Amino acid sequence: MSFNNLDQLYRSVIMEHYKNPRNKGILEENNVTIDMNNPTCGDRIHLTLKLTDGIVEDAKFDGEGCSISMSSASMMTQIVKGKKLEEALELADIFSKMMLGEEYDLDKYDLGDVEALQGVSQFPARIKCATLAWKAMEKGVKSEAQ
Amino acid sequence: MNIKDIKSYFPVLNQEVNGHPLVYLDSAATSQKPIQVIEALKKYYEFDNSNVHRGVHTLGNRATDSYEGAREKVRKFINARSTKEIIFTRGTTTALNTVAAGYGRQTLQEGDEIVITYMEHHSNIIPWQQLAKEKGAVLKYVDLQQDGTLSLDAVRAAITNKTKIVSIMYVSNVLGTINPIKDIAKIAHDNGAIMVVDAAQAAPHVKVDVQDLDCDFLAFSGHKMCAPTGIGVLYGKEALLDKMEPIEFGGEMIDFVGLQESTWKELPWKFEGGTPIIAGAIGLGAAIDFLNEIGLDNIAAHEHKLAAYAMDELEKIEGLQIFGPRDPMQRCGLVTFNLDDVHPHDVATVLDMNGIAVRAGHHCAQPLMKWLQVTATARASFYMYNDEADIDRLVAGLRSAKEYFSDVF
Repeated sequence: MSFNNLDQLYRSVIMEHYKNPRNKGILEENNVTIDMNNPTCGDRIHLTLKLTDGIVEDAKFDGEGCSISMSSASMMTQIVKGKKLEEALELADIFSKMMLGEEYDLDKYDLGDVEALQGVSQFPARIKCATLAWKAMEKGVKSEAQ
Repeated sequence: MNIKDIKSYFPVLNQEVNGHPLVYLDSAATSQKPIQVIEALKKYYEFDNSNVHRGVHTLGNRATDSYEGAREKVRKFINARSTKEIIFTRGTTTALNTVAAGYGRQTLQEGDEIVITYMEHHSNIIPWQQLAKEKGAVLKYVDLQQDGTLSLDAVRAAITNKTKIVSIMYVSNVLGTINPIKDIAKIAHDNGAIMVVDAAQAAPHVKVDVQDLDCDFLAFSGHKMCAPTGIGVLYGKEALLDKMEPIEFGGEMIDFVGLQESTWKELPWKFEGGTPIIAGAIGLGAAIDFLNEIGLDNIAAHEHKLAAYAMDELEKIEGLQIFGPRDPMQRCGLVTFNLDDVHPHDVATVLDMNGIAVRAGHHCAQPLMKWLQVTATARASFYMYNDEADIDRLVAGLRSAKEYFSDVF
Protein backbone atom coordinates (compact mmCIF):
# COMPACT_ATOMS: atom_id res chain seq x y z
CA MET A 1 0.00 0.00 0.00
CA SER A 2 1.29 3.42 -0.87
CA PHE A 3 1.54 6.08 1.80
CA ASN A 4 2.46 8.90 -0.58
CA ASN A 5 -0.93 10.59 -0.35
CA LEU A 6 -1.05 10.20 3.39
CA ASP A 7 2.34 11.83 3.77
CA GLN A 8 0.88 15.02 2.31
CA LEU A 9 -1.53 15.11 5.20
CA TYR A 10 0.46 13.68 8.06
CA ARG A 11 3.71 15.61 7.69
CA SER A 12 6.27 14.70 10.31
CA VAL A 13 6.08 18.12 11.93
CA ILE A 14 2.32 17.59 12.43
CA MET A 15 2.86 14.24 14.06
CA GLU A 16 5.59 15.74 16.21
CA HIS A 17 3.16 18.39 17.52
CA TYR A 18 0.53 15.68 18.09
CA LYS A 19 2.96 13.66 20.13
CA ASN A 20 4.47 16.64 21.98
CA PRO A 21 1.80 19.34 22.02
CA ARG A 22 2.95 22.85 22.93
CA ASN A 23 0.94 24.90 25.41
CA LYS A 24 -1.28 22.00 26.39
CA GLY A 25 -3.28 22.53 29.54
CA ILE A 26 -5.27 25.25 31.23
CA LEU A 27 -3.95 28.76 31.75
CA GLU A 28 -4.89 29.70 35.30
CA GLU A 29 -4.24 33.40 34.75
CA ASN A 30 -6.61 33.78 31.81
CA ASN A 31 -9.14 36.43 30.95
CA VAL A 32 -10.73 34.69 27.97
CA THR A 33 -12.05 31.13 27.92
CA ILE A 34 -13.51 29.51 24.83
CA ASP A 35 -15.08 26.08 24.50
CA MET A 36 -15.75 24.83 21.04
CA ASN A 37 -16.55 21.47 19.57
CA ASN A 38 -17.03 19.92 16.22
CA PRO A 39 -20.50 18.42 16.51
CA THR A 40 -20.06 16.09 13.56
CA CYS A 41 -17.15 14.23 15.06
CA GLY A 42 -16.86 15.02 18.75
CA ASP A 43 -13.57 16.94 18.66
CA ARG A 44 -13.46 19.34 21.57
CA ILE A 45 -11.19 22.26 22.49
CA HIS A 46 -10.96 24.32 25.66
CA LEU A 47 -8.86 27.39 24.93
CA THR A 48 -7.64 29.80 27.60
CA LEU A 49 -6.07 33.11 26.61
CA LYS A 50 -4.37 35.89 28.50
CA LEU A 51 -4.87 39.07 26.54
CA THR A 52 -3.09 42.15 27.89
CA ASP A 53 -2.75 45.61 26.33
CA GLY A 54 -3.87 44.43 22.93
CA ILE A 55 -1.45 41.52 22.90
CA VAL A 56 -1.91 37.75 23.22
CA GLU A 57 0.38 37.35 26.18
CA ASP A 58 -0.25 33.65 26.73
CA ALA A 59 -2.40 30.83 25.36
CA LYS A 60 -3.09 27.23 26.32
CA PHE A 61 -5.42 24.59 24.96
CA ASP A 62 -6.96 21.47 26.32
CA GLY A 63 -9.23 19.01 24.60
CA GLU A 64 -9.66 15.83 22.68
CA GLY A 65 -9.43 15.10 19.01
CA CYS A 66 -7.56 13.62 16.11
CA SER A 67 -3.95 14.27 15.18
CA ILE A 68 -4.89 17.11 12.85
CA SER A 69 -7.06 19.02 15.31
CA MET A 70 -4.68 18.66 18.23
CA SER A 71 -1.51 19.48 16.29
CA SER A 72 -3.24 22.46 14.71
CA ALA A 73 -4.19 23.72 18.20
CA SER A 74 -0.61 23.28 19.34
CA MET A 75 0.73 25.24 16.38
CA MET A 76 -1.89 27.94 16.72
CA THR A 77 -1.02 28.66 20.36
CA GLN A 78 2.64 28.68 19.44
CA ILE A 79 2.28 31.25 16.67
CA VAL A 80 -0.21 33.66 18.31
CA LYS A 81 1.73 34.09 21.53
CA GLY A 82 3.17 37.61 21.64
CA LYS A 83 1.14 38.75 18.62
CA LYS A 84 -1.08 41.82 18.63
CA LEU A 85 -4.80 41.04 18.64
CA GLU A 86 -5.24 42.26 15.07
CA GLU A 87 -2.31 40.15 14.00
CA ALA A 88 -3.84 37.10 15.64
CA LEU A 89 -7.08 37.72 13.77
CA GLU A 90 -5.17 38.18 10.53
CA LEU A 91 -3.43 34.87 11.13
CA ALA A 92 -6.80 33.20 11.63
CA ASP A 93 -7.88 34.63 8.31
CA ILE A 94 -4.70 33.47 6.57
CA PHE A 95 -5.19 30.01 8.03
CA SER A 96 -8.77 29.87 6.82
CA LYS A 97 -7.63 30.89 3.32
CA MET A 98 -4.91 28.25 3.41
CA MET A 99 -7.48 25.57 4.24
CA LEU A 100 -9.80 26.70 1.46
CA GLY A 101 -6.94 26.70 -1.02
CA GLU A 102 -7.29 30.45 -1.54
CA GLU A 103 -4.39 32.84 -2.02
CA TYR A 104 -2.95 34.69 0.96
CA ASP A 105 -0.07 37.03 1.70
CA LEU A 106 2.91 34.70 1.90
CA ASP A 107 5.40 37.26 3.12
CA LYS A 108 3.61 39.03 5.91
CA TYR A 109 4.18 36.37 8.57
CA ASP A 110 6.61 33.57 9.10
CA LEU A 111 4.11 30.76 9.47
CA GLY A 112 6.74 28.29 10.58
CA ASP A 113 5.29 24.90 11.54
CA VAL A 114 1.79 26.00 10.51
CA GLU A 115 2.79 25.67 6.86
CA ALA A 116 2.87 21.91 7.34
CA LEU A 117 -0.92 21.97 7.62
CA GLN A 118 -1.25 23.15 4.03
CA GLY A 119 -1.80 19.56 2.87
CA VAL A 120 -5.05 19.36 4.85
CA SER A 121 -6.72 21.46 2.15
CA GLN A 122 -6.49 18.37 -0.09
CA PHE A 123 -8.61 16.41 2.41
CA PRO A 124 -11.98 18.20 2.57
CA ALA A 125 -13.30 15.94 5.33
CA ARG A 126 -10.46 17.01 7.60
CA ILE A 127 -10.52 20.80 7.14
CA LYS A 128 -12.91 21.23 10.08
CA CYS A 129 -10.46 19.32 12.29
CA ALA A 130 -7.69 21.76 11.44
CA THR A 131 -9.72 24.94 11.79
CA LEU A 132 -11.36 24.20 15.18
CA ALA A 133 -8.62 25.76 17.34
CA TRP A 134 -8.30 28.76 15.05
CA LYS A 135 -12.03 29.45 15.16
CA ALA A 136 -11.89 29.27 18.95
CA MET A 137 -8.98 31.72 19.03
CA GLU A 138 -10.74 34.06 16.59
CA LYS A 139 -13.87 34.03 18.74
CA GLY A 140 -11.89 34.70 21.92
CA VAL A 141 -9.83 37.53 20.49
CA LYS A 142 -12.86 39.15 18.86
CA SER A 143 -14.78 39.06 22.15
CA GLU A 144 -11.93 40.99 23.76
CA ALA A 145 -11.30 43.37 20.85
CA GLN A 146 -14.91 44.60 20.93
CA MET B 1 -27.39 -16.00 -1.69
CA ASN B 2 -24.86 -15.21 -4.39
CA ILE B 3 -22.97 -12.10 -3.35
CA LYS B 4 -21.37 -11.59 -6.77
CA ASP B 5 -24.82 -11.29 -8.35
CA ILE B 6 -26.06 -9.03 -5.58
CA LYS B 7 -23.02 -6.73 -5.89
CA SER B 8 -23.71 -6.36 -9.60
CA TYR B 9 -27.12 -4.82 -8.79
CA PHE B 10 -25.41 -1.87 -7.08
CA PRO B 11 -23.78 0.32 -9.75
CA VAL B 12 -22.07 2.61 -7.22
CA LEU B 13 -19.95 -0.24 -5.88
CA ASN B 14 -18.29 -0.68 -9.25
CA GLN B 15 -15.72 2.10 -8.99
CA GLU B 16 -12.25 2.92 -7.77
CA VAL B 17 -11.72 5.36 -4.90
CA ASN B 18 -8.25 6.82 -4.41
CA GLY B 19 -6.85 4.21 -6.77
CA HIS B 20 -8.44 1.19 -5.08
CA PRO B 21 -11.69 -0.71 -5.74
CA LEU B 22 -14.31 0.74 -3.42
CA VAL B 23 -15.15 -1.19 -0.26
CA TYR B 24 -18.28 0.41 1.19
CA LEU B 25 -18.61 -0.29 4.91
CA ASP B 26 -20.91 2.57 5.91
CA SER B 27 -24.36 1.13 5.25
CA ALA B 28 -25.57 1.93 8.77
CA ALA B 29 -25.24 5.60 7.77
CA THR B 30 -26.96 5.00 4.46
CA SER B 31 -27.21 1.95 2.24
CA GLN B 32 -26.40 1.89 -1.45
CA LYS B 33 -29.22 1.67 -3.96
CA PRO B 34 -29.81 -1.25 -6.33
CA ILE B 35 -30.54 -0.71 -10.00
CA GLN B 36 -34.14 -1.90 -9.38
CA VAL B 37 -34.78 1.12 -7.14
CA ILE B 38 -32.98 3.56 -9.44
CA GLU B 39 -35.03 2.25 -12.38
CA ALA B 40 -38.30 2.62 -10.44
CA LEU B 41 -37.51 6.30 -9.80
CA LYS B 42 -36.53 6.79 -13.43
CA LYS B 43 -39.70 5.12 -14.65
CA TYR B 44 -41.86 7.25 -12.38
CA TYR B 45 -40.25 10.51 -13.49
CA GLU B 46 -40.13 9.52 -17.17
CA PHE B 47 -43.67 8.15 -17.51
CA ASP B 48 -45.94 8.70 -14.52
CA ASN B 49 -44.89 11.93 -12.80
CA SER B 50 -47.99 13.66 -11.51
CA ASN B 51 -49.51 14.79 -8.25
CA VAL B 52 -51.52 12.26 -6.27
CA HIS B 53 -55.10 12.12 -4.94
CA ARG B 54 -56.42 14.94 -7.08
CA GLY B 55 -55.96 14.38 -10.79
CA VAL B 56 -58.77 13.14 -12.91
CA HIS B 57 -56.20 12.46 -15.58
CA THR B 58 -54.44 9.19 -16.32
CA LEU B 59 -51.00 10.17 -15.03
CA GLY B 60 -52.52 11.33 -11.76
CA ASN B 61 -54.21 7.95 -11.38
CA ARG B 62 -51.02 6.09 -12.15
CA ALA B 63 -49.04 8.15 -9.64
CA THR B 64 -51.74 7.63 -6.99
CA ASP B 65 -51.86 3.89 -7.64
CA SER B 66 -48.08 3.60 -7.34
CA TYR B 67 -47.93 5.77 -4.22
CA GLU B 68 -50.73 3.91 -2.46
CA GLY B 69 -49.34 0.62 -3.77
CA ALA B 70 -46.10 1.42 -1.98
CA ARG B 71 -48.07 1.97 1.23
CA GLU B 72 -49.55 -1.54 0.91
CA LYS B 73 -46.02 -2.94 0.38
CA VAL B 74 -44.89 -1.23 3.59
CA ARG B 75 -47.94 -2.55 5.46
CA LYS B 76 -47.10 -6.09 4.44
CA PHE B 77 -43.39 -5.59 5.12
CA ILE B 78 -43.99 -4.78 8.80
CA ASN B 79 -47.24 -6.82 9.10
CA ALA B 80 -49.48 -3.90 10.06
CA ARG B 81 -53.22 -4.58 10.18
CA SER B 82 -54.18 -1.80 7.82
CA THR B 83 -52.68 0.80 5.48
CA LYS B 84 -54.41 3.38 7.71
CA GLU B 85 -51.56 2.71 10.10
CA ILE B 86 -48.80 3.55 7.60
CA ILE B 87 -47.80 7.22 7.37
CA PHE B 88 -45.11 8.32 4.98
CA THR B 89 -42.63 10.77 6.52
CA ARG B 90 -39.27 12.24 5.63
CA GLY B 91 -37.48 9.65 7.73
CA THR B 92 -37.13 8.23 11.23
CA THR B 93 -36.41 11.64 12.75
CA THR B 94 -39.62 13.17 11.38
CA ALA B 95 -41.60 10.10 12.41
CA LEU B 96 -40.37 10.23 16.03
CA ASN B 97 -40.91 13.99 16.16
CA THR B 98 -44.46 13.43 14.96
CA VAL B 99 -45.13 11.06 17.86
CA ALA B 100 -43.57 13.45 20.38
CA ALA B 101 -45.32 16.55 19.02
CA GLY B 102 -48.60 14.76 18.37
CA TYR B 103 -49.27 11.99 20.87
CA GLY B 104 -46.80 13.30 23.44
CA ARG B 105 -47.96 16.89 23.53
CA GLN B 106 -51.61 15.85 23.62
CA THR B 107 -51.37 13.30 26.42
CA LEU B 108 -48.44 14.11 28.73
CA GLN B 109 -48.97 15.83 32.08
CA GLU B 110 -46.49 17.39 34.46
CA GLY B 111 -44.58 14.74 36.40
CA ASP B 112 -45.20 11.99 33.82
CA GLU B 113 -42.18 9.97 32.76
CA ILE B 114 -40.63 9.15 29.42
CA VAL B 115 -38.20 6.22 29.45
CA ILE B 116 -35.39 5.81 26.92
CA THR B 117 -31.91 4.19 27.14
CA TYR B 118 -28.29 5.29 27.08
CA MET B 119 -27.80 3.74 23.65
CA GLU B 120 -30.33 5.88 21.79
CA HIS B 121 -29.58 7.84 18.63
CA HIS B 122 -30.04 11.61 18.99
CA SER B 123 -33.27 11.35 16.98
CA ASN B 124 -34.76 9.25 19.78
CA ILE B 125 -33.46 11.54 22.53
CA ILE B 126 -34.00 15.15 21.59
CA PRO B 127 -37.72 15.02 20.64
CA TRP B 128 -38.35 13.57 24.13
CA GLN B 129 -36.04 16.08 25.81
CA GLN B 130 -37.96 18.92 24.20
CA LEU B 131 -41.30 17.36 25.11
CA ALA B 132 -40.21 16.78 28.72
CA LYS B 133 -39.08 20.40 29.04
CA GLU B 134 -42.32 21.67 27.59
CA LYS B 135 -44.55 19.50 29.77
CA GLY B 136 -42.50 19.36 32.95
CA ALA B 137 -42.16 15.62 32.41
CA VAL B 138 -39.19 13.50 33.50
CA LEU B 139 -36.86 11.90 30.95
CA LYS B 140 -35.32 8.71 32.36
CA TYR B 141 -32.49 6.62 30.93
CA VAL B 142 -32.21 2.86 31.32
CA ASP B 143 -28.62 1.91 32.10
CA LEU B 144 -26.80 -0.68 29.98
CA GLN B 145 -24.98 -3.83 31.01
CA GLN B 146 -21.22 -4.07 30.73
CA ASP B 147 -21.38 -5.59 27.23
CA GLY B 148 -23.73 -2.92 25.93
CA THR B 149 -26.92 -5.00 26.11
CA LEU B 150 -30.15 -4.08 27.90
CA SER B 151 -31.33 -6.18 30.82
CA LEU B 152 -35.08 -6.54 31.29
CA ASP B 153 -34.54 -6.06 35.01
CA ALA B 154 -33.08 -2.62 34.36
CA VAL B 155 -36.03 -1.84 32.08
CA ARG B 156 -38.47 -3.02 34.77
CA ALA B 157 -36.71 -0.86 37.34
CA ALA B 158 -36.99 2.25 35.19
CA ILE B 159 -40.63 1.93 34.12
CA THR B 160 -43.18 2.94 36.76
CA ASN B 161 -46.88 3.72 36.79
CA LYS B 162 -45.92 7.33 36.06
CA THR B 163 -44.31 6.27 32.79
CA LYS B 164 -46.43 7.22 29.82
CA ILE B 165 -43.99 6.69 26.94
CA VAL B 166 -41.21 4.14 26.48
CA SER B 167 -39.11 4.77 23.37
CA ILE B 168 -36.26 2.43 22.54
CA MET B 169 -34.21 1.54 19.49
CA TYR B 170 -34.69 -1.94 18.04
CA VAL B 171 -31.07 -2.26 16.89
CA SER B 172 -28.21 -0.05 18.09
CA ASN B 173 -26.36 1.89 15.41
CA VAL B 174 -23.18 1.78 17.52
CA LEU B 175 -23.20 -1.47 19.48
CA GLY B 176 -25.15 -3.49 16.94
CA THR B 177 -27.23 -4.88 19.81
CA ILE B 178 -30.68 -6.25 19.00
CA ASN B 179 -32.98 -5.20 21.84
CA PRO B 180 -35.83 -7.40 23.21
CA ILE B 181 -38.55 -5.01 22.08
CA LYS B 182 -41.40 -7.50 22.47
CA ASP B 183 -40.58 -8.05 26.15
CA ILE B 184 -40.06 -4.33 26.76
CA ALA B 185 -43.41 -3.52 25.11
CA LYS B 186 -45.10 -5.93 27.53
CA ILE B 187 -43.48 -4.22 30.52
CA ALA B 188 -44.52 -0.81 29.15
CA HIS B 189 -48.12 -1.93 28.64
CA ASP B 190 -48.31 -3.57 32.08
CA ASN B 191 -47.51 -0.12 33.49
CA GLY B 192 -49.96 1.73 31.28
CA ALA B 193 -47.31 3.25 28.98
CA ILE B 194 -47.11 3.13 25.20
CA MET B 195 -44.17 1.57 23.36
CA VAL B 196 -42.40 3.56 20.64
CA VAL B 197 -39.75 1.80 18.55
CA ASP B 198 -36.92 3.41 16.61
CA ALA B 199 -36.45 0.75 13.94
CA ALA B 200 -34.05 2.72 11.70
CA GLN B 201 -31.30 0.09 12.03
CA ALA B 202 -33.69 -2.86 12.31
CA ALA B 203 -35.90 -2.54 9.24
CA PRO B 204 -33.02 -3.06 6.76
CA HIS B 205 -31.76 -6.18 8.52
CA VAL B 206 -34.34 -8.08 10.57
CA LYS B 207 -37.96 -9.05 10.01
CA VAL B 208 -40.05 -6.39 11.74
CA ASP B 209 -43.54 -7.53 12.77
CA VAL B 210 -45.46 -4.76 14.52
CA GLN B 211 -48.28 -7.08 15.62
CA ASP B 212 -45.90 -9.58 17.14
CA LEU B 213 -43.93 -6.81 18.88
CA ASP B 214 -47.21 -5.23 19.94
CA CYS B 215 -45.59 -1.80 19.73
CA ASP B 216 -47.76 1.31 19.54
CA PHE B 217 -45.57 3.37 17.23
CA LEU B 218 -42.61 2.33 15.09
CA ALA B 219 -40.40 4.52 12.91
CA PHE B 220 -37.88 3.76 10.17
CA SER B 221 -36.11 5.35 7.21
CA GLY B 222 -36.05 4.19 3.62
CA HIS B 223 -32.50 5.22 2.82
CA LYS B 224 -30.91 2.64 5.12
CA MET B 225 -32.80 -0.15 3.34
CA CYS B 226 -31.95 0.49 -0.31
CA ALA B 227 -34.59 3.20 -0.88
CA PRO B 228 -33.88 6.88 -1.64
CA THR B 229 -33.21 9.50 1.04
CA GLY B 230 -36.15 11.64 2.15
CA ILE B 231 -38.69 8.86 2.67
CA GLY B 232 -39.51 7.13 5.92
CA VAL B 233 -42.41 5.53 7.72
CA LEU B 234 -44.34 6.09 10.90
CA TYR B 235 -46.43 3.10 11.93
CA GLY B 236 -49.03 3.72 14.61
CA LYS B 237 -51.88 1.66 15.99
CA GLU B 238 -55.08 2.87 14.38
CA ALA B 239 -56.82 3.64 17.67
CA LEU B 240 -53.95 5.95 18.72
CA LEU B 241 -53.59 7.64 15.35
CA ASP B 242 -57.33 8.23 15.27
CA LYS B 243 -57.18 10.24 18.48
CA MET B 244 -53.97 12.03 17.54
CA GLU B 245 -54.18 15.49 15.99
CA PRO B 246 -52.06 16.24 12.92
CA ILE B 247 -48.99 18.40 13.48
CA GLU B 248 -48.68 19.70 9.92
CA PHE B 249 -51.54 21.52 8.29
CA GLY B 250 -52.21 22.52 4.70
CA GLY B 251 -53.11 20.92 1.42
CA GLU B 252 -53.70 17.18 0.99
CA MET B 253 -54.57 16.56 4.64
CA ILE B 254 -57.92 18.36 4.74
CA ASP B 255 -61.50 17.23 4.30
CA PHE B 256 -63.40 20.51 4.48
CA VAL B 257 -61.93 24.01 4.83
CA GLY B 258 -63.99 26.86 6.22
CA LEU B 259 -62.94 30.39 7.07
CA GLN B 260 -62.37 29.66 10.76
CA GLU B 261 -62.54 25.90 11.05
CA SER B 262 -61.43 22.92 9.00
CA THR B 263 -61.69 19.17 9.23
CA TRP B 264 -59.18 16.49 8.37
CA LYS B 265 -59.05 13.64 5.95
CA GLU B 266 -59.22 10.13 7.35
CA LEU B 267 -56.18 8.05 8.21
CA PRO B 268 -53.45 7.95 7.09
CA TRP B 269 -53.75 11.09 4.97
CA LYS B 270 -54.51 13.50 7.79
CA PHE B 271 -50.83 13.16 8.72
CA GLU B 272 -49.52 13.80 5.22
CA GLY B 273 -49.90 17.55 4.71
CA GLY B 274 -48.63 18.98 1.43
CA THR B 275 -47.65 17.14 -1.73
CA PRO B 276 -46.23 13.90 -0.39
CA ILE B 277 -42.88 12.29 -1.15
CA ILE B 278 -44.30 10.43 -4.13
CA ALA B 279 -41.13 9.26 -5.88
CA GLY B 280 -39.54 8.42 -2.55
CA ALA B 281 -42.46 6.21 -1.55
CA ILE B 282 -42.39 4.46 -4.92
CA GLY B 283 -38.64 3.96 -4.48
CA LEU B 284 -39.28 2.50 -1.03
CA GLY B 285 -41.82 0.12 -2.54
CA ALA B 286 -39.23 -1.03 -5.07
CA ALA B 287 -36.66 -1.45 -2.28
CA ILE B 288 -39.10 -3.63 -0.32
CA ASP B 289 -39.66 -5.80 -3.42
CA PHE B 290 -35.89 -6.12 -3.74
CA LEU B 291 -35.39 -7.04 -0.07
CA ASN B 292 -38.22 -9.58 -0.25
CA GLU B 293 -36.70 -11.15 -3.32
CA ILE B 294 -33.41 -11.71 -1.52
CA GLY B 295 -35.16 -12.52 1.75
CA LEU B 296 -34.60 -10.73 5.04
CA ASP B 297 -33.73 -14.04 6.70
CA ASN B 298 -30.94 -14.54 4.16
CA ILE B 299 -29.74 -10.98 4.71
CA ALA B 300 -29.71 -11.41 8.50
CA ALA B 301 -27.89 -14.75 8.27
CA HIS B 302 -25.31 -13.27 5.90
CA GLU B 303 -24.72 -10.34 8.24
CA HIS B 304 -24.35 -12.53 11.33
CA LYS B 305 -21.73 -14.51 9.41
CA LEU B 306 -19.91 -11.34 8.35
CA ALA B 307 -20.05 -9.87 11.88
CA ALA B 308 -18.60 -13.10 13.30
CA TYR B 309 -15.83 -13.15 10.70
CA ALA B 310 -15.11 -9.44 11.18
CA MET B 311 -14.85 -9.73 14.96
CA ASP B 312 -12.56 -12.78 14.69
CA GLU B 313 -10.27 -11.00 12.24
CA LEU B 314 -10.33 -7.59 13.93
CA GLU B 315 -9.47 -9.11 17.29
CA LYS B 316 -6.24 -10.39 15.82
CA ILE B 317 -5.07 -6.79 15.47
CA GLU B 318 -3.16 -5.88 18.58
CA GLY B 319 -4.59 -2.88 20.41
CA LEU B 320 -7.97 -3.00 18.69
CA GLN B 321 -10.96 -2.68 21.00
CA ILE B 322 -14.45 -3.79 19.92
CA PHE B 323 -17.55 -2.25 21.54
CA GLY B 324 -20.79 -4.15 22.13
CA PRO B 325 -21.64 -7.82 22.58
CA ARG B 326 -19.09 -10.36 21.40
CA ASP B 327 -21.74 -12.91 20.38
CA PRO B 328 -22.48 -12.23 16.68
CA MET B 329 -26.01 -13.61 17.07
CA GLN B 330 -26.76 -10.79 19.52
CA ARG B 331 -25.90 -8.12 17.00
CA CYS B 332 -26.54 -6.91 13.50
CA GLY B 333 -23.90 -6.54 10.83
CA LEU B 334 -21.79 -3.75 12.23
CA VAL B 335 -18.66 -3.53 14.32
CA THR B 336 -17.63 -0.40 16.22
CA PHE B 337 -14.04 -0.26 17.35
CA ASN B 338 -11.03 1.84 18.26
CA LEU B 339 -7.41 1.25 17.39
CA ASP B 340 -5.27 2.33 20.32
CA ASP B 341 -3.23 5.50 19.89
CA VAL B 342 -4.76 6.20 16.50
CA HIS B 343 -7.74 8.55 16.57
CA PRO B 344 -10.79 7.22 14.65
CA HIS B 345 -10.66 10.17 12.22
CA ASP B 346 -7.11 9.31 11.38
CA VAL B 347 -8.10 5.66 10.99
CA ALA B 348 -10.92 6.65 8.64
CA THR B 349 -8.62 8.84 6.53
CA VAL B 350 -6.05 6.07 6.12
CA LEU B 351 -8.82 3.64 5.17
CA ASP B 352 -10.28 6.14 2.71
CA MET B 353 -6.89 6.47 1.04
CA ASN B 354 -7.17 2.69 0.58
CA GLY B 355 -10.64 2.93 -0.95
CA ILE B 356 -12.44 1.78 2.21
CA ALA B 357 -15.39 3.83 3.49
CA VAL B 358 -16.11 3.65 7.24
CA ARG B 359 -17.72 6.05 9.68
CA ALA B 360 -15.74 7.85 12.37
CA GLY B 361 -17.18 10.06 15.07
CA HIS B 362 -19.86 9.89 17.73
CA HIS B 363 -22.51 8.32 15.44
CA CYS B 364 -25.20 10.72 16.65
CA ALA B 365 -25.09 9.04 20.05
CA GLN B 366 -23.24 11.40 22.40
CA PRO B 367 -24.78 10.00 25.62
CA LEU B 368 -23.65 6.51 24.57
CA MET B 369 -20.12 7.77 23.78
CA LYS B 370 -20.03 9.21 27.29
CA TRP B 371 -21.25 5.89 28.70
CA LEU B 372 -18.50 4.10 26.76
CA GLN B 373 -16.02 6.76 27.98
CA VAL B 374 -14.79 7.57 24.51
CA THR B 375 -15.14 10.73 22.45
CA ALA B 376 -15.35 8.99 19.13
CA THR B 377 -15.14 5.56 17.56
CA ALA B 378 -14.78 4.02 14.11
CA ARG B 379 -17.55 1.86 12.71
CA ALA B 380 -17.65 -0.64 9.87
CA SER B 381 -21.19 -1.61 8.90
CA PHE B 382 -22.16 -4.33 6.45
CA TYR B 383 -25.04 -5.08 4.17
CA MET B 384 -26.01 -7.81 1.75
CA TYR B 385 -23.47 -6.61 -0.83
CA ASN B 386 -20.45 -6.99 1.44
CA ASP B 387 -18.37 -10.14 1.66
CA GLU B 388 -15.41 -11.57 3.52
CA ALA B 389 -13.01 -10.07 0.98
CA ASP B 390 -14.26 -6.61 2.02
CA ILE B 391 -13.44 -7.44 5.63
CA ASP B 392 -10.00 -8.68 4.62
CA ARG B 393 -9.43 -5.31 2.95
CA LEU B 394 -10.60 -3.54 6.13
CA VAL B 395 -8.24 -5.57 8.28
CA ALA B 396 -5.33 -4.92 5.90
CA GLY B 397 -6.21 -1.22 5.93
CA LEU B 398 -6.25 -1.12 9.71
CA ARG B 399 -2.91 -2.90 9.89
CA SER B 400 -1.47 -0.32 7.53
CA ALA B 401 -2.93 2.51 9.65
CA LYS B 402 -1.30 1.03 12.70
CA GLU B 403 1.98 0.64 10.89
CA TYR B 404 1.82 4.15 9.47
CA PHE B 405 1.16 5.80 12.80
CA SER B 406 3.73 3.73 14.64
CA ASP B 407 6.29 4.89 12.06
CA VAL B 408 5.57 8.55 12.57
CA PHE B 409 5.70 8.26 16.33
